[in-house]
Amino acid sequence: MKYTKDHEWLRVEGDLVVVGITEHAATQLGDVVFVELPEVETMVAEGDEVCVIESVKAASDILAPIDGEIVAVNEALVDNPALVNEDPTGAAWFFKLRLDDMSVLDDFMDEDEYAELIG
Amino acid sequence: MSDPIGTENLLRLELHDLHVALGGRMVPFAGYEMPVQYPAGVLKEHLHTRIAAGLFDVSHMGQVILKPKKSLADLALGFEELVPVDALDLPIGRQRYGMFTDANGGILDDLMFANRGDHLFVVVNAACKAADIAHMKANLAAVAEVVPITNRALLALQGPMAEAALSRLVPGIAAMRFMDMAFLEWSGVELWVSRSGYTGEDGFEISLPNAHAKAFAEALLHEPEVQPVGLGARDSLRLEAGLCLYGHDLDQTTTPVMGNLTWAISKARRAGGEREGGFPGAAKILHELAHGTDRLRVGLRPEGRAPMREGTELYVGSDLVGSITSGGYGPSVAAPIAMGYVTAAHAKIGAKLEAELRGKRLPVTVCALPFHPTTYKR
Repeated sequence: MKYTKDHEWLRVEGDLVVVGITEHAATQLGDVVFVELPEVETMVAEGDEVCVIESVKAASDILAPIDGEIVAVNEALVDNPALVNEDPTGAAWFFKLRLDDMSVLDDFMDEDEYAELIG
Repeated sequence: MSDPIGTENLLRLELHDLHVALGGRMVPFAGYEMPVQYPAGVLKEHLHTRIAAGLFDVSHMGQVILKPKKSLADLALGFEELVPVDALDLPIGRQRYGMFTDANGGILDDLMFANRGDHLFVVVNAACKAADIAHMKANLAAVAEVVPITNRALLALQGPMAEAALSRLVPGIAAMRFMDMAFLEWSGVELWVSRSGYTGEDGFEISLPNAHAKAFAEALLHEPEVQPVGLGARDSLRLEAGLCLYGHDLDQTTTPVMGNLTWAISKARRAGGEREGGFPGAAKILHELAHGTDRLRVGLRPEGRAPMREGTELYVGSDLVGSITSGGYGPSVAAPIAMGYVTAAHAKIGAKLEAELRGKRLPVTVCALPFHPTTYKR
């Protein structure tokens, strides 16, 4: 698993990258009550706001960590946003990206580096 | 997902260490470090308050005693020059909601005031308290000594089991009705208790000396019904109850009539009343009472699942007709809810509007307030 400074996790699944938010991020957000997902087959660029995630108190965005094509989204989050708090690194993945070049993943933090970031 | 905000220059609550020990996440609010939530989280804290009892630390709010220079009646008449509310006929041991208005009829702050026999006791919002105290000192000098109370904490115990839990510590509270105010005792400590709050639930607000606040809060938390509740759930609870948050739903650009607070303007102060007018902005407010206003605060129900936050603009066709002033998710309603101001023509219950959210138009319906029925012990 790789991590971004925006508290997203990236997991390689075949030729795809699965993206979600870390447990730390889910805890900071609090109870998630609404998730809006992107359309599949959308081309996204690094830094694009691709998902909206709202807790009882506040709204935040999930940014595309890398350039790529969104090939799948997790519709289960729309019906059950609380999954984000219950299983942030498992069942609550947000979207799957197809990349041109998987080697860009090497630039992201590993688990130890991320643990250091969140202290 | 931001990192903790700097907390320099913030005031600390008397119960700061207790909040931290309870796992409270401290955030800046109105110049104080305040617990926004505890480990249970906003959703569970909200729902717990609706079925049992939530303990809130609201010590950041301003507590002020007004001591009459001549008589209480003289003071009450002086106070009436600042609020469109009947203070003269407020019985001893009763509390009333009101607001300081300005010369244009705008709201400087909303507040609670109580007749405590030989003086008035006023509770104002934290963010406004310095200005409110200055306002009272400037305008009540002839009739009152304005005494800010800085050595007492203010706790709120709210929810259907608040009476059961609190009465084990303070049996006298069971005899109180909604908006009563009483002096009671716990372990030799004088409590100032009102049966009121900011959640729509039955409940109490208890002022007590700082030195005893921790022991009292711990005693309450020891009761099986009671859980600590932070600012996050306080906000979702008051929104479901249709209650205004000053600085968001009310400010100097909104009059009490626009704010849908005409119920709080006493008969005695209205046209034809015994003490008609005589408060700042009276001409405008009385005119609005008779002829209506161009915009009104209303309840709003987004039809989808997306919460709509403060600042979201409301449209009918291409016309901008208003905006949301408080909005989010209502845990007890289990849906997004909001309040906002819309032009009078679109303020009728059932009116269909559209909110502009992230570049999309989403349907919103004007609805009655509150979103969740209130359960005050009248």
